[in-house]
Amino acid sequence: MIDFVWLVPLFPLIGFLIIGLGRNILPKAVAGFIGSLTVLLSFAVSIAIFVQLESSAVKTHIVPLFDWIRAGNLLVPFSFQVDPLSALMLLIVTGIGFLIHVYSTGYMHHDAGFSKFFSYLNLFIFFMLLLVLGSNYIVMFIGWEGVGLCSYLLIGFWYTNSAYASAAKKAFIMNRIGDLGFLIGVFLIFATFGSLEFAQVFPQAANLAPNNPFLILITILLFIGATGKSAQIPLFTWLPDAMAGPTPVSALIHAATMVTAGIYMIARSNILFTLAPLTLEIVAIIGIATALLAATIAVTQTDIKKVLAYSTVSQLGYMFLALGVGAYTGAMFHVLTHAFFKALLFLGAGSVIHAMSNEQDMRAMGGLKKKLPITFITMLIGTIAISGIPPFSGFFSKDEILAHTYQHSKTLWVLGVIGAMFTAFYMFRMLFLTFYNKFRGTHEQEHHLHESPKSMTIPLIVLAALSVVGGFIGIPHILGGHHWLSQFLAPVFYQSSVRTGALTLDHQTEFLLMGVSVAGAVIAALIAFVKYSKNNHVPLADNVDRGTLARLSYHKYYIDEIYDFAISKPLNFLSGFFYRVVDKAAIDGVVQGLGRATTEASKGLRLLQSGNIGFYIFMMVAGIVALLLYGFYNI
Amino acid sequence: MESITNSIQGVPLNHYILFCAILFSIGVMGVLIRRNAIVIFMSVELMLNAVNLLLTAFSVHHGDASGQVFVFFVMALAAAEVAVGLAIIVMIYRNTSSTDINVLNRLKW
Repeated sequence: MIDFVWLVPLFPLIGFLIIGLGRNILPKAVAGFIGSLTVLLSFAVSIAIFVQLESSAVKTHIVPLFDWIRAGNLLVPFSFQVDPLSALMLLIVTGIGFLIHVYSTGYMHHDAGFSKFFSYLNLFIFFMLLLVLGSNYIVMFIGWEGVGLCSYLLIGFWYTNSAYASAAKKAFIMNRIGDLGFLIGVFLIFATFGSLEFAQVFPQAANLAPNNPFLILITILLFIGATGKSAQIPLFTWLPDAMAGPTPVSALIHAATMVTAGIYMIARSNILFTLAPLTLEIVAIIGIATALLAATIAVTQTDIKKVLAYSTVSQLGYMFLALGVGAYTGAMFHVLTHAFFKALLFLGAGSVIHAMSNEQDMRAMGGLKKKLPITFITMLIGTIAISGIPPFSGFFSKDEILAHTYQHSKTLWVLGVIGAMFTAFYMFRMLFLTFYNKFRGTHEQEHHLHESPKSMTIPLIVLAALSVVGGFIGIPHILGGHHWLSQFLAPVFYQSSVRTGALTLDHQTEFLLMGVSVAGAVIAALIAFVKYSKNNHVPLADNVDRGTLARLSYHKYYIDEIYDFAISKPLNFLSGFFYRVVDKAAIDGVVQGLGRATTEASKGLRLLQSGNIGFYIFMMVAGIVALLLYGFYNI
Repeated sequence: MESITNSIQGVPLNHYILFCAILFSIGVMGVLIRRNAIVIFMSVELMLNAVNLLLTAFSVHHGDASGQVFVFFVMALAAAEVAVGLAIIVMIYRNTSSTDINVLNRLKW
C-alpha cells in the first residue's frame, strides 16, 4: 500500500477539481458528499499505509513519482517519503479533515458559497498532504505555499465584509514574510549540502560538527519560516484575525493542521536543529514567550473564537518550547492531542455560534448547558483535555513537554507551568461564561437556541472520544505505559536522540512535576469557577475603563497598533515618498523633461524649412558632397 | 562593326570617367540653378545617364556584364520615375499655371 501513497493527495485533488468545476451545477448534497468522501478515502489509504508501516521492518520509504526539475547539479524529484512522522501527520490531516468536512456539511448548509467552500477545503487537504509527504524541501515548499493560499481563500471566504478581506490579506502577508525566511533557508541548504532531498541532507548534516555557522544560519531561517506558518512571535498576529473565516476553517486550518506545519518542518529537520543548540535555545525562548503572551491575552478576550485563537497560539508556543528543549516526540505528541481537542473546541464553538444565530460575544451567552447538551459535554471534555488534567489527552503531552523542559532549564519550566495555569483559567472561563448561569442574549436569540444537527454533533462526539483516549498512545514509563508514540517515532528522531540523550529525571521528580502542573491547572480552574460561575462575573463592556493590566491584555498588548506604528506606517510613508519624490519628481521629471526638450528644440529647428525648393536641393547636394568628403578623408 | 567596337574599346577609361564627371556636374548645376521644373527634371535625367554611362564603361573594362544589366534596371526605374514626375509637373501646372519652382514655396513645416 505504501507504493500507492500518491493516492492520498490525489483523492482530495480530484474532489477539488470536481467540486470546483461543477460548483454551479452540483447540488449542495452532492458537493458535500464528494468533498467528504474523497477525504475519507484518503483517510482509509492512510490507515492502510500506517498499518503496513507499523509492521514493516524498514521505516523509511521513498516513493518517486517523476523527476520534476533537472538543471545542472540540481535534481528535484517529485517524490513522497513515508516514514512514521509523515504517516502520523497523514492520519491527523485526513482524519481530522474528514470530521471537519462532515461538520461543514451541517455548518455551512445555508451558505450560498457551499460548493466553493468544499472545493477550497479539499484543495487545502491536498496541499497539506503534499507538505507532509514531500521527500524534499521543494515539494514541502509547494505544500507550504499552497496551505498559505488556501488559508487566504478561506479566511476571506466572506470577502464582501472588508474587515474579513483584510484579515485574509494580513494572514497571507505575514505568512509570506516567514516563507521568505524558509525559502532562503532552503537555498542555503542546497548551497551547503548540494541536495534538497531529506534522505541526502540529513546524513550529511549528521557528520557535521555542532554549532557549524551554516547550520545555525539555516536553522534560524527555517525557524523564521516556522514562526510565520505556526503563528509565533513576532508573526503571530495573523492567527487571531484569521477567525474571520467560517468556524470549520478555524478548526481545520488554524488549529489542527496548517499551523502545525512549522512544528512538522522542524521535527522533520530535527538533526539540523539538534546540531545548532543556539537556534534551539532561541526556539525555546520564543516558544515560551509566545505561550505566555498569548495566554495572558486570552484571559480577557470576550469573543469565543478569539479565546480559542489565542489558546491555539499559546499551545503552539508549547510545541515550540518542546522542540527547543529537544523533545521532538513531545512536540509531535502535543500536535496530535492538540489537533483532537482544539478541533473539538473550535467545532463546539461553531456549534454555539450556530445556535446563537452568529453571535460570537460571550457576554451575550450563558446558560447554554441545557439547550446544547451535546455541545456542552463535548466542550467540557475538550476544556479538561487542554487544561492538562489527567487522564485526558492534553495531560500526557503537556506533561511530557514540561518534564523535558524541567530537565533543560528550571526557569523555563516555571514559566511553562504558569502558562499552563493560564490555559486552564481562560478555558474554564470560556466554558463557564458560555454554558453556565443565565442567558444574557436577546429574547430572539433565546427563542432560536437549538442543538446542532447530527452532521455537526457526531464529529464533536468522535473528537471528544479522541480527546479522552488520545493521550494513551504516549503513556510515560513511570505511569506503567511504554510510550508507544515515542517508540513509533524513534527512527525519525534517532540521530537527534543519540545526541540529546533520554529523560534522566528520577521517578520522584517526575511525579512531583506532574503533581505541580495538575494542581496548578485545577487551582486555576477553581478560580475560574468561583469568579465566573459562582459570582456570576461578566466581562466589562468595550468602552468601560478597566485596570492597566486588564486593558493591556484586552487590547492584545497593542501589538497590532505597535506593528502599525513601527512597520506599516513607516512603510506607507516610504512608499509615499517613493511615489511622490522618486517616481513623480525624479523619474517622471527625467522622462518628461527629455520629451519637452525635444519638442522645444524642434520648434526652433523647423524654421530651417523655408519652403524654397532651390534651397532644399542645394542643401541636399551640399550634404552629399559633405558625405563624400567625409568618406574620402576617413577611410 | 568590328572597327567600331575596336575603336570604342580603344578609348581609355580615364576619358570615360572625365566625361561622365563633366556630364554629372552639368546635371547638378542644372538642378541647382534652373527654376523651370521641367528643365530640372531633364538635368536629373542627365545625372542618371552620366552614371549609367560610367557603369557601362566600368563593366566593359572589367569584362563583367553585370554592370550593363544594372544599367537596364536604372533605365526602367528612370522611365517609371519620369512618368510619375511628369504627372506631378502637369498637376502643378494646372494649379499654378506655371512650372516655376519658386512658386511652390509652401512645402515647409
